[in-house]
Amino acid sequence: MTTAPEATPTIVLVGHGMVGQRFLEALAERGLTATHRVVVLCEEPRPAYDRVRLTSYFSGRTPEDLSMTDLRFVEDHGIELHVGDPAESIDREAREVTARSGLVVGYDLLVLATGSSPFVPPVPGKDARGCFVYRTLEDLLAIEEYAKNATTGAVVGGGLLGLEAAGALDGLGLTTHIVEFAPRLMPVQVDDGGGSALLRTIENMGLTVHTGTGTQEIVTGDDGAVTGMKLSDGSELATDLVVFSAGVRPRDQLARDCGLTVGERGGIAVDEQCRTVADPHVFAIGECALAADGRVYGLVAPGYEQAQTAAATIADDETDRLTFTGADLSTKLKLLGVDVASFGDAHGTTADCLDVVYSDSRAGLYKKLVIGSDGTLLGGILVGDAEAYGTLRAFTGSVPPVPPESLVLPAGAGAPAPLGPSALPDEAVVCSCHHVTKGTVRGAVTEHGCTTVPEVKKCTKAGTGCGSCVKVLGQLVTAELEASGVEVDKGLCGCFPQTREELYEIVLALRVASHRDLLDRYGREDARGGDGCEVCKPTVGSIIASLAPVIGASGYVLEGEQAALQDTNDHFLANLQKNGSYSVVPRIPGGEIAPEKLIVIGEIARDFGLYTKITGGQRIDMFGARVEQLPVIWARLVDAGFESGHAYGKSLRTVKSCVGQTWCRYGVQDSVRMAIGLELRYRGLRSPHKLKSAVSGCARECAEARSKDFGVIATSHGWSLYVGGNGGATPRHADLLAQDLSDAELVRLVDRFLMFYIRTADRLERTSTWLERIPGGLDHVRDVVVHDSLGICDELEARMRAHVSHYRDEWAETVNDPEKLARFVSFVNAPDTPDPVVGFVPERDQMKPDLPLLDIGRRPAQSEETALEGSAQR
Amino acid sequence: MTPALETTDLKVRIQLTDAWFTVCDLSVLLPGRGVAALLPDGRQVAVFTDRTGGLYAVDNRDPFTGAAVLSRGLTGTHRGRPFVASPLLKQRFDLETGRCLDDETVRVTAYRVKAA
Ligand code: SRM
Ligand SMILES: Cc1cc2nc3c(=O)[nH]c(=O)nc-3n(C[C@H](O)[C@H](O)[C@H](O)COP(=O)(O)OP(=O)(O)OC[C@H]3O[C@@H](n4cnc5c(N)ncnc54)[C@H](O)[C@@H]3O)c2cc1C
Ligand code: SF4
Ligand code: FES
Repeated sequence: MTTAPEATPTIVLVGHGMVGQRFLEALAERGLTATHRVVVLCEEPRPAYDRVRLTSYFSGRTPEDLSMTDLRFVEDHGIELHVGDPAESIDREAREVTARSGLVVGYDLLVLATGSSPFVPPVPGKDARGCFVYRTLEDLLAIEEYAKNATTGAVVGGGLLGLEAAGALDGLGLTTHIVEFAPRLMPVQVDDGGGSALLRTIENMGLTVHTGTGTQEIVTGDDGAVTGMKLSDGSELATDLVVFSAGVRPRDQLARDCGLTVGERGGIAVDEQCRTVADPHVFAIGECALAADGRVYGLVAPGYEQAQTAAATIADDETDRLTFTGADLSTKLKLLGVDVASFGDAHGTTADCLDVVYSDSRAGLYKKLVIGSDGTLLGGILVGDAEAYGTLRAFTGSVPPVPPESLVLPAGAGAPAPLGPSALPDEAVVCSCHHVTKGTVRGAVTEHGCTTVPEVKKCTKAGTGCGSCVKVLGQLVTAELEASGVEVDKGLCGCFPQTREELYEIVLALRVASHRDLLDRYGREDARGGDGCEVCKPTVGSIIASLAPVIGASGYVLEGEQAALQDTNDHFLANLQKNGSYSVVPRIPGGEIAPEKLIVIGEIARDFGLYTKITGGQRIDMFGARVEQLPVIWARLVDAGFESGHAYGKSLRTVKSCVGQTWCRYGVQDSVRMAIGLELRYRGLRSPHKLKSAVSGCARECAEARSKDFGVIATSHGWSLYVGGNGGATPRHADLLAQDLSDAELVRLVDRFLMFYIRTADRLERTSTWLERIPGGLDHVRDVVVHDSLGICDELEARMRAHVSHYRDEWAETVNDPEKLARFVSFVNAPDTPDPVVGFVPERDQMKPDLPLLDIGRRPAQSEETALEGSAQR
Repeated sequence: MTPALETTDLKVRIQLTDAWFTVCDLSVLLPGRGVAALLPDGRQVAVFTDRTGGLYAVDNRDPFTGAAVLSRGLTGTHRGRPFVASPLLKQRFDLETGRCLDDETVRVTAYRVKAA
């Protein structure tokens, strides 16, 4: 091949799969192959072929038939195609790609189209002889060869590709099994009804299906070859060959290694032009790309759109601008001779939608339409007969001219489907940050042998984003384990076998004021003598803080060993933000604030350049303080009469109020006075989770008291106390505990209620979940705190009195103690140098974190590490 | 990890490519809590000690968020090995190897560290 003249810009394409090939065609269509040198690095031993129709190899198509690459095309356009020579590294500074052969190609633009790789669950024996994946022609050739000496085959995974692979094994004459941990086949595309129609058809074809079953181990014989597999139901399945088809993962390692941004669940992050967000000289398309809408598309059509988009962007022609902002995931498949289609909101997730179902399992037919309350066709699932797919899809999003039923159902056969079980369906997304479904979480337990939430987090990534789903994860794991007869360890964490409540009782009864002592005496055998963990340290720290006056410990959370137990936020008495800066929230009791104090906040925010925002809790948050600025800012706030708002602590946050009787024409009590009184009484009280409250001046409830842990609503006779309310992820209206209370009666009941909660709740359990969990629920709580059925109310009240009388403002105490202040430095060896990663850029007259700085900052550390590792190998 | 004695004039030192770099007095470290230090080339390191006096140093940057905050995470022991949990999204890192315990594909640089 000729070397192009120096001035010709070079485009390097890494990966010659379906999308890569489409990209080359799109370049050629736009004349770009004439103006650019185009170099392609292709890992597989053959140029691009039709992966979608891979399976047709078994029905007689040759690899040549499947090829998508006309060598004339390559030659005519002067494309330099290096077959069997994958890219091994990218140097983005020098703009060079190095291939395995040692070939180094400089580029002006680099396009990554590396596709994905099959995910193989980490079961023992997965690498044994006889285990395969199903992705490339080479995989198929190997399976075909191995099957010659086999009689039985098993496919792990009953999704789209799994069924295709199963069909192939069946076609090779093997007795074929499908093992799927979800309760039905093709869990992503179809619902339970569709799943059973599919199951029926597939079983009729002579395949054996094991749904709701996980693979636990691949069993091998003396010669190291597969002889069977152990399943989660305890049975063993004899098989000579195993094909894993448990999903795919984007191949983004090359991109990771050169510091390009990748998504948390993988995929090279690109913008709407398919340019990587980290480097304008690099594009990513196809299954390896994390599109601008945050998704990785595993279908070829969206990949083709991305290929076109990238080519159009490179051509930079005014009349040919394309963007890729997302794609429809509707699919129609023909596999194993069964028609399956799903489109639109196939699972009926839109509020108030109805479904119309026709099913005939004898005939393997299942058709479901999802219809909105106004008659709009929202989506559907068709199994066994997908004839109407095209028409129905076209009508999706509108009210069809004829009743949609008539398009799929035999006349008169349409009947509304019965309502599903109230329990979460398997496809319900339990972790929205990482889009992890209940089925996946269950699979982590059944399929991957996870027995604890940390294991499930590691396995599925669920719960590793905002963390708001961790509670639900815990419930799912427990339920799943209990269902499989495993005794569930209720211990707080890997260090303590006791629950939080039990630890509270131990700390109280034995006056243990140290996490270390507690761990060494009561911890699990192998955790004693250790350092505990990030779960038990703050929990024990909180218990000690709640009980401090009673057990004679210091109530100051940064005293001695206590300092080491606190979560970061408590440790710096401020809330950590995404770029390592902190927010500052002074207490504004009841939301009432005098103009002078407002001015002080304004001045401080202005002088330190902080971003200010009115919070949902009726106070003012100042963001963007560097750690070394916290003491200076707080010294000024304390000086002006402010105190800590405990926005960082698992403790009382705010008591919101409405203006109440003083100003409002409807008010019947002074809600502001009461709110301020309650906020000052319970400020600084450490508890299992944060505590919120509100006081409304009448039943109109402008303070939203019934969404609070304890809410107070005025009546003409006094106050009503509501408990167990919650906003947040799982809202709950508070329940009435008692009514027509005097001021003193109200405070006494709240004292008891809070102390009882603090004593018996689990770690990070809001009052709402606690109230629903504890045996007897609200009635029991009322018996205990109103009727004193356990005879503990004096004690509970005494504990609250001790808290109130020992309260000291943490920030006032801190700014007056030089030793405590010493920890508020950016660097121990350069206390005056600010952390360079904490930077800000302007937005709407204020400032916000400079996020690209977090990426730029990340680069040196990573390249350093690769350099070190590289030199160690040499 | 090097067991250290409770002597105030001991310094915490970190091994860089060519030499040992002094970070701070040993006495400023609080068991179970970290400090951040700036290296000559601008990188940041998080230094920890545990209750037995073991010393650890890893890159201060949290690879999941880019923020330089690992020194502010909580430490603990997992299966007998020391770790720090990122204060932002709580992923745990082995303090001796720098490996992320929650994602095998991620690690931070771990440094050799001693008190002398
Ligand atoms: C600042 C604020 C949003 C705003 O700009 O208005 C806010 C900000 C945060 N909220 Fe909130 N919440 C804020 C009002 C609320 C409210 C509304 C309210 O309090 O009236 C709710 C719903 C009410 C409730 O809690 O029931 C609310 C429900 C949550 C939740 C979900 C709680 C739940 O039980 O489901 C979390 C997560 C958690 O606590 O686990 C959360 C957590 C957080 C954290 C602490 C997340 C974190 O760890 O970084 C945010 C940090 C703030 C910071 O750095 O200073 N925030 N958050 C509000 C501060 C109020 C204040 O003055 O203290
Ligand atoms: C059996 C099967 C059936 C399918 N059925 C359907 C279907 O019915 N409908 C549908 O829409 N989709 C289907 N798909 C998915 C479809 O094949 C993919 O979406 C499509 O192939 C993605 O194209 P791509 O170019 O991104 O990745 P790929 O086609 O996988 O190509 C990526 C290429 O990059 C190469 N590569 C990776 N790393 C490097 C490197 N460092 N250097 C050089 N080269 C590298 C790989 O070897 C590979 O050849 C199916 C897939 C399979 C396996
Ligand atoms: S809750 Fe009642 S008293 Fe308070 S502001 Fe609303 S209407 Fe007025
Ligand atoms: S919803 Fe699961 S981590 Fe945010």
